[in-house]
Amino acid sequence: MLAFVDARPIAAGLFKITPELRLIGGRDRKSGRLLFPPPGDAESFEPVDLPNRGLLWSYTVQRFAPKSPPYRGEEPFADYAVGYVELPGALIVESRLVDVAFDRLRVGMPMELTTFTLRSDEQGRILMFAFRPQPGAAS
Amino acid sequence: MTDVCIVGIGIHPFGRTPQRTGLQQGEFAVRAALADAELRWDQMQFAFGGSDAAGKADTLVAQLGLTTLPFINVLNGCATGGAALFGGYSAIKSGEFDLGVAMGFDKHPRGAFDPDPVDWGLPVWYGEAGMMITTQFFAMKLRRYMDIHGISPMSLARVAEKAFRNGALAAHAWRRSPMAAEAILDSQMVNDPLTKYMFCSPAEGGVALILASERKARELGRTPVRVRAVVVRTRPPGSFEVFAPSIEIERGPAPTVIASRAAFEMAGIGPEDIDLAQLQDTDSGAEIMHMAENGFCADGAQEQWLAEGRTRLDGALPINTDGGCLACGEPIGASGLRQVYENVVQLRGAGGARQVPRPVRSAYSHVYGAPGVSAAVVLTC
Repeated sequence: MLAFVDARPIAAGLFKITPELRLIGGRDRKSGRLLFPPPGDAESFEPVDLPNRGLLWSYTVQRFAPKSPPYRGEEPFADYAVGYVELPGALIVESRLVDVAFDRLRVGMPMELTTFTLRSDEQGRILMFAFRPQPGAAS
Repeated sequence: MTDVCIVGIGIHPFGRTPQRTGLQQGEFAVRAALADAELRWDQMQFAFGGSDAAGKADTLVAQLGLTTLPFINVLNGCATGGAALFGGYSAIKSGEFDLGVAMGFDKHPRGAFDPDPVDWGLPVWYGEAGMMITTQFFAMKLRRYMDIHGISPMSLARVAEKAFRNGALAAHAWRRSPMAAEAILDSQMVNDPLTKYMFCSPAEGGVALILASERKARELGRTPVRVRAVVVRTRPPGSFEVFAPSIEIERGPAPTVIASRAAFEMAGIGPEDIDLAQLQDTDSGAEIMHMAENGFCADGAQEQWLAEGRTRLDGALPINTDGGCLACGEPIGASGLRQVYENVVQLRGAGGARQVPRPVRSAYSHVYGAPGVSAAVVLTC
């Protein structure tokens, strides 16, 4: 389990760390339609845990520093990977991709949910969700 | 109901013009279109116009003349020009007006766009995490398309090579130096698989069209170009669009597919009847995907089309004959009308060195942009 002492999620209600790491979706109580990120309106949307494993649907590598704002990442800028991961029976979710060499990325690669430190401030580290290859997937 | 005709066209060169504001470039284009049509501003019964980031089009009445005409501002991202044309087309089609202007202009700072998540109804974290970047969307849509349909990086380079070759022949283009496919392929990677020269850049420019009813066009003694279809469509459920933190597993068609089908139905002709096309080429992969989304070829056939040069000026279906967004840059509010301008030039046979070397009777244009909007225009003569 991830330590949570000096770190906090980038936004409330986006993902949870215990008892296991999960992205939180919002299911429309009327239509059953699933959304991510979950809309704040708890009366209309029921929070649901999304699957924490899926297949890489597409990807790219960000090779230039995005304009800031809105970007607020670690300084100095380093190239990072972004992708969409298809979570079976739920949604295709956009995410940062970590713990993988860029040239190992493939459409269809099995991925699992994790977190990484997007940046730090005086209160500690700010955690963002990410996906990484499932063990053995990137070899 | 009357046909709607284009009787005048005007353009302010695209690229960078530090000495003129975006509004002034729009004004320049309107004056050029009026001169082309041999008409005066005080004869215009309406105007539809807009820019995404360079000011309010209707303020141009101060420069063009206080004739009290209705000047309607439109603001529809990359479809701003398409929306202006749609407004002018509908005004004439209704029978209420028979002569007016559709125009668009823009002027953007250098570099990628830097949208504010809140303006787009998105959470702040999405921008902070570095995922709210338009170029990533184009790269990811393309990456998956290339994998599924067998498109090679060389095809991406061929599209850009063609754009710069055509742009070199167009006076209004920005980038006017040809570049070899290998150099494009080897240039700096921006968002894999797209390199620096495979992306268009935000730029500046202005375009104006003078629209007339068929009767009015005849009265003016002009050989008109007919507007056979103008369609603007927003995204259907399940489409994959820019700035999407998640998408549905059940996929739907792209807005381009919807707009294109509707435009061909409205025009009463099909993609096989089109002599040349201007397709949204925000990046070279977009042009490739839009060839299929607009019905010109099957998914995956682009690889062979490009290897055979079928979309070059002398090919079976010339695409982006003035170099498109890749060579002209993208002033958002003017881009869609530049495509229509170029199609009118080609239909008149006035393209000079870039004139398609066979009879041109029909021309198609298509824009696509955030947040999932597409416009398609069919012209014939």
